[in-house]
Amino acid sequence: MQKNALYKALGLTLGALLVTACSSTGEVNEGEASNTTASAQSQTKTTNGSASSNGTTAVDTSAVSGESLKSEMSQAEAALMEQTVFYFDFDQSTIKSDSKAALMAHAAYLKSHSSARVVLEGHADERGTVEYNLALGERRGMAVRRYLLANGASASQLEVVSFGEERPAVMGHNESSYAKNRRVEIKYQSR
Amino acid sequence: MVTRWLGFVALMVVALAARAELVIEVTQGKQSAIPVAVVPFAWAGPDALPEDVSGIVANDLGGSGYFRVMPESNMITKPATADEVVYSEWSNLRQDFVVVGNISRDGDGYAVEFHVMDVHQKVELLRHRVKGKGTQLRDIAHYISDFVFKKLTGIPGVFSTKLVYVTTNRDRTRFNLNYADADGAREQLIFSSDQPIISPAWAPDGKKVAYVSFETGRTAIYFQELATGKRELVLKMKGSTSAPAFSPDGTKLAFVHSYLGNPDIYVLDLNTRKTERLTNHYAIDTEPQWMADNRHLVFTSSRAGGPQIYQLDTSNKAVKRMTYEGNYNARARVTDDGRKLIYVHRSGESFHIASQDLRTGMVQVLTSDTDLDESPSVAPNGSMVIYAASEADRSILAAVSVDGDVKFRLPSKYGDVREPAWSPIF
Repeated sequence: MQKNALYKALGLTLGALLVTACSSTGEVNEGEASNTTASAQSQTKTTNGSASSNGTTAVDTSAVSGESLKSEMSQAEAALMEQTVFYFDFDQSTIKSDSKAALMAHAAYLKSHSSARVVLEGHADERGTVEYNLALGERRGMAVRRYLLANGASASQLEVVSFGEERPAVMGHNESSYAKNRRVEIKYQSR
Repeated sequence: MVTRWLGFVALMVVALAARAELVIEVTQGKQSAIPVAVVPFAWAGPDALPEDVSGIVANDLGGSGYFRVMPESNMITKPATADEVVYSEWSNLRQDFVVVGNISRDGDGYAVEFHVMDVHQKVELLRHRVKGKGTQLRDIAHYISDFVFKKLTGIPGVFSTKLVYVTTNRDRTRFNLNYADADGAREQLIFSSDQPIISPAWAPDGKKVAYVSFETGRTAIYFQELATGKRELVLKMKGSTSAPAFSPDGTKLAFVHSYLGNPDIYVLDLNTRKTERLTNHYAIDTEPQWMADNRHLVFTSSRAGGPQIYQLDTSNKAVKRMTYEGNYNARARVTDDGRKLIYVHRSGESFHIASQDLRTGMVQVLTSDTDLDESPSVAPNGSMVIYAASEADRSILAAVSVDGDVKFRLPSKYGDVREPAWSPIF
């Protein structure tokens, strides 16, 4: 339910941004993002202006629905942001599809709170070698970083640190433990 | 002052809690293990010696897997000199060699004279005298073991060498870097941190070690002089810096630097302190290790998908793939004679230590009784590989000979033991 609402909201506000950002390898251009917002606002203003001159009611409806969407999104966002640990497959650093909604919520939060800072802690399970796992943990942290950047966070808000296999979340030596250890933890340094 | 002292005590307490105290247990010896009797060395002094010299020699030889050491209780006589050895008696006891010796006072210290007798040829193979201080009796014993081992196997002994390794407590809140004899005795804590310590590596002169510490919150490479404990922050770069490896001539340090998630191999010239990038690939490149020629490196790369081992010519940066069997081969070490590549190999769901003959390409998986084997480090005589393994929910050190014949474990009483690095021969 909340997820759906969020998808809609994010789809509306960030869809275009996501596509352009994904295609570039580097960081999201903050200037471009705010430009988009500015032009969208100015368009609304123009529409408002022309609407009042035309005397139609359609414009008022869109303004009202715009506000309601905003509050709904922050609610969904708050719920999704409770997820701060994201899991990966063995020897993989690809973000799983079930991680994306929550990551988008973190990105949206970071975008709207420019003073917020996070450390992305990458981890690997104990299988394989220490240094390769260190690299793998970093890869995972970087994958999350890219995803957050593509969805509106800025580079200065994000720091990646890999702990490799050195700090497991769970001590067991079986697949269910390993699955919990192959992870990225989002840790807010300031909100 | 008082608080500082208390802080020190607190550190020592946690440090002690994570101490390992390793004891060798041979799990598999050579089929052709040589039967040898090490007769307790005679000592005429009034007080008992602080160390059981011949007992240590017997442990060393037995622990190597190359020898089957006769229990003292089966001995009929206990000769202390070459003249007192009756060959027929040892021949009847089915021994090939007998080691006898005696210990005497030598100024402040001791002198140990020992003899190796060939039971079948009925000759004295060697006679040697070694002296040392009272605190060096254990070193004297390892010296004798090295001497006997070399004489009887043709391979230099490594009983006088050292290990460094990392121990951690269960909840990973304390990380210790330890220094010990190759048999696990005389363990000393040389660095302790509440953040991870990984990848210890010896300088070829055996005087210092390099390692990676997370103490500043991210990885950095440190050198530590063993005699003084003096530490030096050598490399801390934006991003991650890890996997130090000294070149055999001691002039260069290969390492891994990663910025924005792209680990590549670099080299630091230890004289000029200039760094040079050696690989530039979007895949993971890590775990560099020098070959004996000071020119080639082996390293792990995920450029073909999963981790595989590659060779890099540092002079022209040409890269050649070395491993093809299986989908996970990593952390390679090359024996000093350049003949074997030792690495972590995944077979099915298990991770084991494998050896690859560099001439024929033949791969032999050396370990099977332990699980999650990692961090192989080759003894300086090329005979054994020490590695970390998982056993009964704990991480222990284990060793296997390069031919897979000899296996032993160094289980610890407490905590996890990881990342062993075998010293050069001093």
